Amino acid sequence: MSGEAEQRVLESKRRTVNGEREVLRNERPMLEIRNLHAGVEGKRILKGLNLTVKAGGVHAIMGPNGSGKSTLSAVLAGKDGYEVTEGEVIYKGMNLLELDPEERAREGIFLAFQYPVEIPGVNSTYFLKAALNEVRKHRGLTELDAIEFLALVKDKMKALDLREDFLKRPVNEGFSGGEKKKNEIFQMAVLEPALAILDETDSGLDIDALKVVSAGVNRLRTPENAQLVITHYQRLLSYIIPDYVHVLCDGRIVRSGGKELALELEQRGYDWILNEVVKGS
Amino acid sequence: MTTTASERKLRENDPFVTQFEPFERAGATRGPAWVFPVRKAGLARFAERGFPTTSDEDWRFTNVAAVGRLPFRLATPSEVGGRDILGTTPFATHETDRLVFVDGHYEASLSNVGELPSGAVVMNLAGAIAGGVGDLEHVFGRHVTGEENGFAALNAAYFSDGGYIFVPKGVALLRPVQLCFVSTGAAAGVATHPRNLVIVEEGASATVLETYTGLNGVGYLTNSVGEVVVGDNGYLEHVRFQDERVEAFHVGTLHYRLGRASRCWAHSLALGSKLSRVNIRASLAGEGLEAVLNGLYLTRGEQLADHHMVVDHIRPHCVSHEYFNGILDDRSRGVFHGRILVRREAQKTDAKQTNRNLLLSEDATVDTKPQLEIYADDVRCTHGATVGQMNEDSIFYLRARGIGLERARRILMCAFAGEIIERVQDEAVREELDRIVWVRLEQNPHVKTE
Repeated sequence: MSGEAEQRVLESKRRTVNGEREVLRNERPMLEIRNLHAGVEGKRILKGLNLTVKAGGVHAIMGPNGSGKSTLSAVLAGKDGYEVTEGEVIYKGMNLLELDPEERAREGIFLAFQYPVEIPGVNSTYFLKAALNEVRKHRGLTELDAIEFLALVKDKMKALDLREDFLKRPVNEGFSGGEKKKNEIFQMAVLEPALAILDETDSGLDIDALKVVSAGVNRLRTPENAQLVITHYQRLLSYIIPDYVHVLCDGRIVRSGGKELALELEQRGYDWILNEVVKGS
Repeated sequence: MTTTASERKLRENDPFVTQFEPFERAGATRGPAWVFPVRKAGLARFAERGFPTTSDEDWRFTNVAAVGRLPFRLATPSEVGGRDILGTTPFATHETDRLVFVDGHYEASLSNVGELPSGAVVMNLAGAIAGGVGDLEHVFGRHVTGEENGFAALNAAYFSDGGYIFVPKGVALLRPVQLCFVSTGAAAGVATHPRNLVIVEEGASATVLETYTGLNGVGYLTNSVGEVVVGDNGYLEHVRFQDERVEAFHVGTLHYRLGRASRCWAHSLALGSKLSRVNIRASLAGEGLEAVLNGLYLTRGEQLADHHMVVDHIRPHCVSHEYFNGILDDRSRGVFHGRILVRREAQKTDAKQTNRNLLLSEDATVDTKPQLEIYADDVRCTHGATVGQMNEDSIFYLRARGIGLERARRILMCAFAGEIIERVQDEAVREELDRIVWVRLEQNPHVKTE
């Protein structure tokens, strides 16, 4: 273990003892993205993205279609086929880009998929229990057996309005759009990530489902974790209130502000920012 | 197919033909008078047709020349001694009525049949023939006549023994019946010709497990024939489980004759053998019946697993579903041939066929061939086949939740096999098959990451 890493472990232990959350907030950021350039299939999409996320923060990334929102979430989660050509991503002091997707997940990164994948033949209970136990193993916790697991998930299911037979069904198979998104947030509730990336979680949701999902996300918010909410529309941000709003355009963050920036975008669209950026450059 | 005079001459000298006389002299054909002509007729058909060749359309993808080159050695009853034969077989700890056949010969000391409902018969076929049980003279060989292929003809000539299951009208068997065939693999070329006959009468029901395993890894041959009759409103679940040694050859010919409003679940799992071929013919001979043909093949190394199906819709309002999944690794091969025949009278037929294949290696291949032959005009017939790799999006989804690459691949592979195993109706049987297949897939070295 490097001296620096050791130092962090000591710090984190001290933190737990004292419960000094304010100290934590001001410490080294959870996620630092510096000058990130990335693309897929030879196409350059992210062109020098910078972003810093501290524990306890909720950051919204907004942007028009094709601005690089989905590429950002894919690169952070470690999806194959995306090439990083420049820059770095430091997560909890680690070089995130060197980790496999499963290692990132075990370290506390969670991507709520825009399009959750249907996996026929794989039982939801089996899947989620396996995932939880991988994460627990990594955190030095004991693995849960079937009974302990069911006890843990029961209330979380109820909170998200999920039907009782939900866990008996194959993962996402035959689920409605709303059920799939609820399932993502349910998994997030069970896995308790440090950094949750919500990729267009509002797409395909009616207003009732949107409220349930948002309430689910808000309940999971703690001073120790952070949320990155990626969305095209302001709608979701009426329910998940961000601390910061960043506007992504052509692969870079061109403006950052408070939650009022989202409202401004909703009223005026993206064009005025694009114009200002062009003028300023 | 025409046979030339020179080919016929050649076959007359084929040991599979010339050895019949010594076989007969050895007394293997003693028994009721009707049996000998059956054997002679089988021999004559085999002499006429020989082993199939790849110029035969039904055998285009499966070359059985290696079987014809085996030395002719009929299996003789083996000394079982104190050998732990059952320990090597599936369902060994299950509560079944079990008939065990070692090298095709009935082994009473390993078999166990408990109390049966009144009128039901579970016994070895040779015993039933010798004892004049049932009306075997008129039932035997009615559905598999030997015309199907050279192997079925050869079986008629040389069959040793097998299961005889008779469930009379309205009777339900309480436990599954297991027909457990074990080849000792005493020497290369040793051949067994098992023969099974299952009769489920009107309104009766049964679950039958037919398993094939081997002890020694040599090029032995199992050439089985099964005739299965399900009466009106009858119910049968039949699991055929082939897990022979990987050096062995296995050919099975099965005919299901199904009656009005009956339900038949026919499962075929092919895990073992260097070369295996299962011929299944289902005759949907009564109105409004439901037949499910459900199969799984797992191959690796140089294995070849071939399923050749004919679903014959004879009568109207019948439903037939075929689901076959294959997982193929290394340089192994899979063959699926599914013919659906809908006769003129078989209106309102609902026939569905699916064959899905998962290739774990770039060298594995599959030949899949659906064949629809429809003479009725008001029918619904669908078929579909896929051959592909594992779904990358599914793998990423699992990994993004903390599940490692290797385990993600295993989970998806087991799910693919699980789609088939899920259809097994008997819960205990399903769990055992699930366990066996899971263990087999777990052993697969190719899911490991390099």
